[in-house]
Amino acid sequence: MSNVLIVAEHGAGAIRKATLHALAAGQEIARRTGGQVHAALLGKGLGPLAADLAAYGVEVHVADAPVLERPLAEAFAPVLADLAKAIGATHVGAAATAFGKDVLPRVAARLEAGMATEVLGFGGDGANVTFRRPMWAGNVLAEVEIATAVKVFTVRTTEFAPAQRAAAPGAVHAVAVSIDPAALRTRHAGFREVKSERPELTEARVVVAGGRGTKGDFAPIEALADALGAAVGASRAAVDAGWVPNDWQVGQTGKVVAPELYVAAGISGAIQHLAGMKGSKVIVAVNKDPDAPIFQFADYGLVADLFQALPALTAKVKAEK
Amino acid sequence: MALKILVTAKRVEDPESKIRVRPDGAGIVTEGVNYKLNPFDEIAVEEALRLKERHGGEVVVVSIGVDKSQTELRAALAMGADRAILVRHDGPLDPAVVSAMLQKIVEAEKPDLVLMGKQSIDDDQNQAGQYLAERLRWPQATFASKEASLESEAEQKKDPGVVLGADGRSLTVVREVDGGVETLVLALPAVVTTDLRLNKPRFASLPGIMKAKKKPLQELAAAALGVDLAPKVVVKRLSEPPARKGGVKVADVEELWKKLHEEAKAL
Ligand SMILES: Cc1cc2nc3c(=O)[nH]c(=O)nc-3n(C[C@H](O)[C@H](O)[C@H](O)COP(=O)(O)OP(=O)(O)OC[C@H]3O[C@@H](n4cnc5c(N)ncnc54)[C@H](O)[C@@H]3O)c2cc1C
Ligand SMILES: Nc1ncnc2c1ncn2[C@@H]1O[C@H](COP(=O)(O)O)[C@@H](O)[C@H]1O
Repeated sequence: MSNVLIVAEHGAGAIRKATLHALAAGQEIARRTGGQVHAALLGKGLGPLAADLAAYGVEVHVADAPVLERPLAEAFAPVLADLAKAIGATHVGAAATAFGKDVLPRVAARLEAGMATEVLGFGGDGANVTFRRPMWAGNVLAEVEIATAVKVFTVRTTEFAPAQRAAAPGAVHAVAVSIDPAALRTRHAGFREVKSERPELTEARVVVAGGRGTKGDFAPIEALADALGAAVGASRAAVDAGWVPNDWQVGQTGKVVAPELYVAAGISGAIQHLAGMKGSKVIVAVNKDPDAPIFQFADYGLVADLFQALPALTAKVKAEK
Repeated sequence: MALKILVTAKRVEDPESKIRVRPDGAGIVTEGVNYKLNPFDEIAVEEALRLKERHGGEVVVVSIGVDKSQTELRAALAMGADRAILVRHDGPLDPAVVSAMLQKIVEAEKPDLVLMGKQSIDDDQNQAGQYLAERLRWPQATFASKEASLESEAEQKKDPGVVLGADGRSLTVVREVDGGVETLVLALPAVVTTDLRLNKPRFASLPGIMKAKKKPLQELAAAALGVDLAPKVVVKRLSEPPARKGGVKVADVEELWKKLHEEAKAL
């Protein structure tokens, strides 16, 4: 047996899109190893979500229990590690989201497994499947082998097209949960959601991002984003200043995006920012400094004050609609 | 209520240095590259110092790496940490192995809290804290941040972002997750990993640097810890990603629109 276990994520009553990209990565590993793809779904009151996931043609293992209401790594890790053992998983993966990065290393520790983060692709076959991943803020690509019997990984969602629904759904199995809530030493005490009507940053077709050059005024950035139906991103400088939510940071240590169009306004183009957006199809830079490093990477560079250029572009977009 | 805090401190390439792959793909070019304390670990040291200033206790920094990692340990001591431990190891390391070594240090030192960076900026793995927490069966809060911004008054006053409970046995941590910020309460002992917005690390003062020279720095060989040092993640080959070529400068918004519309077909 050489099965692949993909850990699913859900929110607001739906399977998260990131999981579909991770399933596609799992399917690719299964092709290389001759195994089968299974999915783990943990939570409380999951209802129809298991069937939604099984529609992708994978066997779904559902652990539905009050103690799993919140994705606490301390509670999730033992359930996932036991499941991986029970189905004979040789590969355990998830999307490289905050959730995946939080939980999967703990699963790896339980399985005495090595782990690769933010995997971009695979090589080789059978037990020798290798993993391609970025290092040094994406300045370097590494091909790595995981030397342990079980191999754990998270995948960069932008590198894998989402899995497609299959003709026949996979089977759904219930997983018994024996975690004692009283023994848990982690307690969830609140969540402040950053509400947004805009598309999810990592899934958006267009991203408009602002940096320190906005001086805290993101209105022109947001107006252009809304005219384009785009998501809003930001550099670390803008987030650190408290101008916009953390969740908007694009880069080495923030989100990685690869939209059709990325507009960077008032962003200098530091290597740590590029690490998060250089996979974009078309990059536009608006910066008033003609020597800003971002112009070395942008497909189209406009040397201008963003407070003039962005409203003009927004007006143009609206007029042409 | 005094807290004993263990902080990890990794020596990494300066994020400002240009990283190039050696022609044989077996490593990076190290000539001309500067080294420093991993930026996330600097944040961890700062947070530990703030907790100690508020509650009393001891801050112990530990690094696993080559002899030269002493420089980064001294940097942490100069910021204000009390003593340092260097686990000498010359060779490839991965978070699975690092965490096994750290487990031994934790078992010997018995801290109330282990503060670590969320990610080493060389390997970008973002794993060691979580591995360590599971090995110890301790609770964890990764990506620790705080509600107040780095420009806020609380930050000016150097308030700790993670908050010790009145009983001294629990810690409230605000963490950056997808779609918002989550608050967790951990029973100590626990592992916390830092994100960028937890604090602005202090600079070492001149007296701090002088004092650091005399602070205890204990050294031991990795082999003495009795853990399997064989890497679990083996790097076969490094390469440089294809460079993204710059395009053209456009004269004005009108031309930009035209290019995006007609040439790139992006709008
Ligand atoms: C460990 C580590 C991790 C990091 N992770 C990230 C990360 O994930 N993401 C990230 O973005 N950064 C990250 N950084 C920070 C990164 O190195 C840069 O400091 C940051 O990206 C700079 O942000 P910026 O471009 O907005 O600001 P600046 O570099 O200050 O650039 C502002 C730009 O705005 C231009 N400008 C000013 N006014 C105007 C105007 N009116 N109109 C047009 N242009 C104007 C200026 O010419 C300038 O080019 C990280 C750094 C470290 C050390
Ligand atoms: N060799 C090391 N020595 C000390 N601390 C380390 C070492 N490697 C990793 N760490 C710690 O683990 C954190 C996460 O690292 P990583 O999982 O490698 O991204 C870092 O921020 C460090 O605090």
